[in-house]
Amino acid sequence: MQRRDARLGLLYSAPLSLFLLLTFLAPILLVAAFSTMPEKVFNLSQAPDFSAYRTVLAQGYWKSVAWSLFMALAATLILLVVCWPLAYGMAKVFKRFTLVLTIGVVMTLFVSENIRLFGWVLTLMKGGLIEGYWRHWTGTGFDAPLYNGPIIVFGLVYVYLPFMLFPLAQGISMVPDDARQAAYDLGATRWQILREIDLPLAMPGIMVGSLLTFVLAAGAMAESKLLGGRAIITIADEVQTAFTYGQNWPLGAALAMVLIAIIGTVAIWAISKADLDKMMGGKS
Amino acid sequence: MTDASQPILRINALTKRFDDFTALHGVDLNVAEGEFLAIVGPSGSGKTTLIRILVGMDELSDGAVWLRNTRIDVVPANKRPTCMVFQSLALFPHRTVGQNIEFPLKLRKVPPAERKARALELLDTLRLPRDYYDKRIQQCSGGEKQRVALARALAFDPEILFFDEPLSALDYRLRKTLEKELKDLHRRTGKTFIYITHSLEEAMVMSDRIAIMKAGRFEQIAPAEEIYARPVSKFVAEFMGEVNFFDLRNGQAEGLLMTPETAAALAGRSGTLTIRPESLRTLPEGQAADLTFEGEIVAEYLLGSRMQYRMMLATGQEMIVEVLRENGVAGGIGAALRVGCDLSAAHLIEEARDAAA
Repeated sequence: MQRRDARLGLLYSAPLSLFLLLTFLAPILLVAAFSTMPEKVFNLSQAPDFSAYRTVLAQGYWKSVAWSLFMALAATLILLVVCWPLAYGMAKVFKRFTLVLTIGVVMTLFVSENIRLFGWVLTLMKGGLIEGYWRHWTGTGFDAPLYNGPIIVFGLVYVYLPFMLFPLAQGISMVPDDARQAAYDLGATRWQILREIDLPLAMPGIMVGSLLTFVLAAGAMAESKLLGGRAIITIADEVQTAFTYGQNWPLGAALAMVLIAIIGTVAIWAISKADLDKMMGGKS
Repeated sequence: MTDASQPILRINALTKRFDDFTALHGVDLNVAEGEFLAIVGPSGSGKTTLIRILVGMDELSDGAVWLRNTRIDVVPANKRPTCMVFQSLALFPHRTVGQNIEFPLKLRKVPPAERKARALELLDTLRLPRDYYDKRIQQCSGGEKQRVALARALAFDPEILFFDEPLSALDYRLRKTLEKELKDLHRRTGKTFIYITHSLEEAMVMSDRIAIMKAGRFEQIAPAEEIYARPVSKFVAEFMGEVNFFDLRNGQAEGLLMTPETAAALAGRSGTLTIRPESLRTLPEGQAADLTFEGEIVAEYLLGSRMQYRMMLATGQEMIVEVLRENGVAGGIGAALRVGCDLSAAHLIEEARDAAA
């Protein structure tokens, strides 16, 4: 009976496994294969060659990698701080307003990221919504707060807010109210409750939200292109350039592999820490 | 240390109003130092509201609460020298048994070595093995969790320890064991315990004094013995277990046979005569007690060592009789039954006193 169940399980999971194999693993293997080809030569029968990786190291691409990771980290930390009170409200305080907030946040996802970011450009640019009106009324203008590092981080925070907010709210809803009350009754201050009860018990949500936003933000480029005006070139941008303008597929593939390795390591570490089963309501 | 005559807790005209409903109507209560007080009432009587106000998790609408000479109803819960054992126990699932117990000490920045020593001491006090220190909460049984919650509360070293029905989720045998342990613990620690329960049986086993609540008021506050023997109202009498009521009008009650002495003692008095089923005894034909009842058995139940009969009197009133099994009557349902009791075993709730209830 048990063996039949196991076989049935395998059978049921087969379509999805096959799908993931084809759409997820195969492209990665393909990219890995490309990254070991000599640059600017397309030859399938070539022996593996790591010249593309040497170029990655030699030509200072690590700067783009570092910027991408740094900005992703900054955006993740800012999102944690910004979303915590909101998520707390959604999980514990707001009643019907939680639904309104959820719909509101989800609706922003209906509009393409590029269009939303371009909306910000129109709002912030010189002669745009804010500066234009300001100059019209006061007669003095100011420079647009665009085309710099902080505005890229702002863009990341703006775009990836839902990916932090919902896992965080889910995590906080798992903190039992009576544990908070008991801690308070035993003399804990608000900060002590946050540190001793809320944070550790909401940790799965914190981990999932941080991981999602960090991974997405580290691979983002629209924010730096549109809001940042390429003041900072992100690694994803470099990958795209190498594949398109540069016509250097092995370099693009090698850059992609480096990014995958770094983010993969972070993701696996974080997932091993977070109890995803518990998060989904399973027992553990 | 402190003046023994001064109560440790004084509740003064405490009122709690919710939007359209008053949960507590200006209740007063004094609790003596080292006392074990049980607050008993059916659900909705306001006992949980009261305890939440006393520990600081709800605010009162009116009145005051004093801890010795300090007014504490204006102090937030985390600054009060009291703590509570929750109905759900509210243990921290992400912490070990030891960390749970040490929690209040950690908050006070007690050094780790000292904390651990105290936690181990408390494990001993609660009769938990010392190697439970590193055990996860999830690995503990219901009774063990109960003890961990108690140990955590004792680590806080409260002036008053409150309990919000912590035993209600446990099975009968474990509950009985823990009731006795709690009573022993109270004796050993000498702390003031205030215990909320809906089970009077639980309250009787453990407490020095029982306060019975009904609809946001205290109905009677007295030692268990007195509440049992001399309830002030039908509500209290019924709450204490099964009881027979007889309406007494000017010394006369239907279905009640009295000796001349009894009639003289009750002459002119009105109220509700309460007689406990277990105060009654079977009477042989021709013999009479102070109060005698005659009727027919309509149902019988075996309660372990005792027999309980439902008896229909000639007046149509039913009454409950409980006797030791060896004193039971043969014949079963339909048989005639003659029972009686001494006047001292009956308690008269005088008219005026019960009118308010």
